[in-house]
Amino acid sequence: MLKQTEGSHAIAESVALCRPKVICAYPITPQTHIVEGLGEMVKAGELADCEFINVESEFAALSVAIGSSAAGVRTYTATSSQGLLFMAEAVYNASGLGLPIVMTIGNRAIGAPINIWNDHSDSMSMRDAGWIQLYAETNQEALDLHIQAFRLAEELSCPVMVCMDGFILTHAYERVDVPSQSEVDAFLPPFEPRQVLDPAEPVTIGAMVGPEAFTEVRYLAHHKQMRALERIPALAAEFERRFGRASGGLIRPYRTEGAETIVVALGSVNGTIQEVVDEMREAGVAIGSVAITSFRPFPLAALREALMHAKRVVVLEKCLAVGLGGIVSDGVRKALSGIQLNGYTVVAGLGGRAITRASLKRLFEEAGRDALEAVTFLDLNTDLVAHELDREAGTRRSGPTAEALLKRLGTVSARIG
Amino acid sequence: MEMQTVRFYQTGTFTVGNRLLAPHERSVQAEAQRANALTSGHRACQGCGEALGARYAIDAAMRATGGKIVAVNATGCLEVFSTPYPETSWQIPWIHSLFGNAAAVASGVAAAMRRKGTDDVRVIAQGGDGGTTDIGFGCLSGMFERNDDVLYLCYDNEAYMNTGVQRSSATPPAARTATTPAMGPEPGNVFGTGKNVPLIAVAHQIPYVATASVANLRDLEYKVTRAMEFRGARYVHIHVPCPLGWGSAPADTIKVARAAVESGLFPLFEAVNGEIVSSTKIRRRTPTADYLRLQKRFAHLFQPGGEARLAHIQAIAERNIVKFGLEGTGA
Repeated sequence: MLKQTEGSHAIAESVALCRPKVICAYPITPQTHIVEGLGEMVKAGELADCEFINVESEFAALSVAIGSSAAGVRTYTATSSQGLLFMAEAVYNASGLGLPIVMTIGNRAIGAPINIWNDHSDSMSMRDAGWIQLYAETNQEALDLHIQAFRLAEELSCPVMVCMDGFILTHAYERVDVPSQSEVDAFLPPFEPRQVLDPAEPVTIGAMVGPEAFTEVRYLAHHKQMRALERIPALAAEFERRFGRASGGLIRPYRTEGAETIVVALGSVNGTIQEVVDEMREAGVAIGSVAITSFRPFPLAALREALMHAKRVVVLEKCLAVGLGGIVSDGVRKALSGIQLNGYTVVAGLGGRAITRASLKRLFEEAGRDALEAVTFLDLNTDLVAHELDREAGTRRSGPTAEALLKRLGTVSARIG
Repeated sequence: MEMQTVRFYQTGTFTVGNRLLAPHERSVQAEAQRANALTSGHRACQGCGEALGARYAIDAAMRATGGKIVAVNATGCLEVFSTPYPETSWQIPWIHSLFGNAAAVASGVAAAMRRKGTDDVRVIAQGGDGGTTDIGFGCLSGMFERNDDVLYLCYDNEAYMNTGVQRSSATPPAARTATTPAMGPEPGNVFGTGKNVPLIAVAHQIPYVATASVANLRDLEYKVTRAMEFRGARYVHIHVPCPLGWGSAPADTIKVARAAVESGLFPLFEAVNGEIVSSTKIRRRTPTADYLRLQKRFAHLFQPGGEARLAHIQAIAERNIVKFGLEGTGA
């Protein structure tokens, strides 16, 4: 059914259609509307046969999820930013135990300085935690990915994060097609756990493993994700057959045929990138883009195939590996091992800084002239940075950096453009 | 449960032998069909109070529920010594997730049982004092305030034994640990610190809270059994000596635990819905010095200059005796 609705609400509806039995929630912006929506549905009886548990922290939220999933019921939670960091220990634990929990990440920056707006620093910090990570480009895709995520998680007994840009998607009202219950039921069978806490068949879960088998346990976690490389496109294809629209998959190339420059990015910014690609293609520039939907497992082969004939690759990242540059870029370079081309890392959109078409066009034109630095910070206010560096050089007790920058800017109003 | 005063004790031990009791009053451990939930062959130290307490507690819960138990274990000695891969001593469904989240994981298991329509399967969370009173305290308090249907068992050996005897918020004053060495003007753990988690549990007004000791195994069994009669959050805090960490003889575990109870340092009580409803009377008053002397962690108290601190500890015991009404006649 077509609806004009908020992204978070669309996700709540999508999760409800997947018939979870336990939902644990702890509030953090910008994922709150999702669990609020689900809480309402449980309270109103629309989402029957489901426990909605208000917990005291994100660490508890995922811990409750670990318990209910190990006891054999479909389990969901959502978080963002600091919340994901606070549950970090349980994030690794859930995947180590092989529990197919699905968790939405409303992507948001990590402090300090505290910032509620979007970038990918939070989910990227958990990129090696053993969860599958899928990044949605639109609200429709986010909705669809949740349905695929439960199926994928339960097939592999591996937890899945569905990452969607905070505010840009979570709070945006747009048209989505919400499938019917019977359509979702036909795609997503009831949960059949691989392991379950049951007095009739007692098992020990979470034993201590020493050097004699730890490597093998970790290898099998890796092996699971390698299988996901096959299952993700297969599930996306089945989804398209059943639901009539393409969502998910490993990567989504856009106008890459004959492209000399290819831009790689994750999430909602791909929409803006594609508009700029269209504009530049019309002007005769050979440019295209690739959206990475599956960041874990990382689609090395698919990316190599999509990028190998380009002359240059620009990886636009909403995250920063401080002291190195890019996070996504590392994987892309690995995908292109042995191939000669120019690679650029562009750090953009940190803490909600708008990524505008004008900035992107300027950036891609510079890339086309191979005039970019290896690592570029899009729309960096270099005057502001230079002034602060001078100030800090001039006085030992220079005070807190973030506050000095805001003072210099002369505004504390929300200016994100 | 109606209590019957039993006056036949085995000479010198205050232990009531099973053969002196009616069959229905006999210990779970006296039954040939006992669950042996924590079976033999595990790797606990000789004289481990925690292994003893866990076996009695879980077996009592098994009897009370007809064997329908799931246990969630915090990281710690009990977890490590019972499940070195690929072995396990647990004959029940058992999960270990993390150090600080046993109560929350148990909440999740209980929620799943409700949704599966199998809430005759009861959920127990268990951990040591570190996993309970320190790192797991947030999750514990959350489980309490939501009144989740979980019995939490804390095996209190008064320090982080698994990591090599470091201070916890359950470490008593003056106790020497690896992080409160017996040095300087105030050797051992400082006075006036720590928290009383049983009383904090009572303050949450959960259905049932009790303290128990491996010195009184029948009372421990009774309290776990009683706890299983309630639905909602329940807490039993069990005093379990650690020969390694306390510097006591492995053969003296019960003796040491009994001295803690009989001196008034570890009061045994029960609380229902936020009110203390009973306490176990001290049968034969023991000076705190007799308890402390059995343990090397308190050896510095018996050096010249330790008198004031000894008196301070005795005063703590006296205050407990008044506060919890530990004097008088009773069962």
